[in-house]
Amino acid sequence: MTTPLPAAPEDRLPDAAVPKLSRGVRTRWDEARETHMLLAPERALRLDAIAAAILAETDGERSFAAIVDVLAEKYAAPREQIAVDARKLLVDLMDKRMMEVVR
Amino acid sequence: MNVQTALPEGTRVRRVPAPMAMLAELTYRCPLKCPYCSNPLEMSKRSEELSTEQWAEVLRQAARMGVLHVHFSGGEPAARRDLEELLSVAVEAGLYTNLITSGVGLTEARVKDLSARGLDHIQLSVQGTDASTADLIGGYRGGFEHKMKVAAWIAAEGIPLTVNAVMHRRNLDRTAETIDLAVRLGARRIEVAHTQIHGWAYVNRASLMPTREQVDACSAIVDEARERLKGTLVIDYVPPDHHAKYPKACMGGWGRVGLNVTPSGKVLPCHAAESIPHLVFDNVKDKPLAAIWADGAAFNAYRGTDWMPELCRTCDRKEVDWGGCRCQAMAYAGDASATDPACIKSPHHVRMQELALTEAADVPPDYVYRTM
Repeated sequence: MTTPLPAAPEDRLPDAAVPKLSRGVRTRWDEARETHMLLAPERALRLDAIAAAILAETDGERSFAAIVDVLAEKYAAPREQIAVDARKLLVDLMDKRMMEVVR
Repeated sequence: MNVQTALPEGTRVRRVPAPMAMLAELTYRCPLKCPYCSNPLEMSKRSEELSTEQWAEVLRQAARMGVLHVHFSGGEPAARRDLEELLSVAVEAGLYTNLITSGVGLTEARVKDLSARGLDHIQLSVQGTDASTADLIGGYRGGFEHKMKVAAWIAAEGIPLTVNAVMHRRNLDRTAETIDLAVRLGARRIEVAHTQIHGWAYVNRASLMPTREQVDACSAIVDEARERLKGTLVIDYVPPDHHAKYPKACMGGWGRVGLNVTPSGKVLPCHAAESIPHLVFDNVKDKPLAAIWADGAAFNAYRGTDWMPELCRTCDRKEVDWGGCRCQAMAYAGDASATDPACIKSPHHVRMQELALTEAADVPPDYVYRTM
């Protein structure tokens, strides 16, 4: 039996795709622990500053490319690096069924 | 009497990390009679249940002390007519809300109302993949058919769904079908959980105990399905203690991650903690939740690593599994501060495994159903 190769991250989440946190998944500032958290069914994930910044721009309106543009401008960072980090985070959340592509 | 909100002036509260999650057991009442019910053998009655106002205050206190997730549970939480009202209090307090239900007691109108009020997530239990098996296990005729309707109402509302499947010798050979059912119902997640042999399950353990072969087959099916269903269904797997080498980090560690409030307001470190006879539990009617969490005798009895026997204290897994399950130590070793007998290093480990193998080899006796 052969296992098909998993789809590349660029195919799972192309530049034009619009990602959004699924219903029942949200971020919030956690006063008690002084950190950003991602809350999902049976999960609470501590977000570092970079992940929190990426998710703050993932609003269900912007395409992936637009998200990267906003982040590159806001943080004056190289676009290529941001694209790699952001795609890694968002595809990982897709695998966990916390993120979906709305169009 | 109301819920306590403040301590006498000058009282010092110990500083411990805030709990992440609270299990709110709204009632022990339940139409189902599952032979592995995790509620205590002695259950409080409806007349002893906290009022709507008392629960509302507990929810607000929980949010203030740093709880992130609240799990409405029971019994069957839908048996409380004020479930919707309490949900709204929790949503307003900023809590992530989860409803753990059998589905019985929910109607289409109630599911719509819960959704509109902002319910974040539902966990729906399934006892089997066909009506006759499921209803035999749950002890409630028509339960399976109703659950299927409830799942459709949940899907229509778009509320994220987890299917809870408790596995044991009577349904383990249907693991693959159970996972398929979860996909069909549109669940994002399934918990494939081997029965925890506590509470009522301890009474029924001979009819629940799986064979080694059943457990191995189930684990293999889960491994395969996890890969195949990536991005469709997340599978959380709870392996059985009786066939394990090392214990689980029960509750993520005693008094470390979560707390449990019973229908009458007792605050427990774990829902089965009342099976440890010498522990005394504080009640939200007498003390604020934060003080109970930090300073309550029951919480500090097995918190951290200082209480551990030599065997655990010198073990490099002590902060991996936090000594395992105290209730299991109580049940099999007769001592709640003993090493969990699920651990290969426990002197009771072999006896627990042998008992499991003997019980699994026998013809399963009929279920002993609990009655309210």
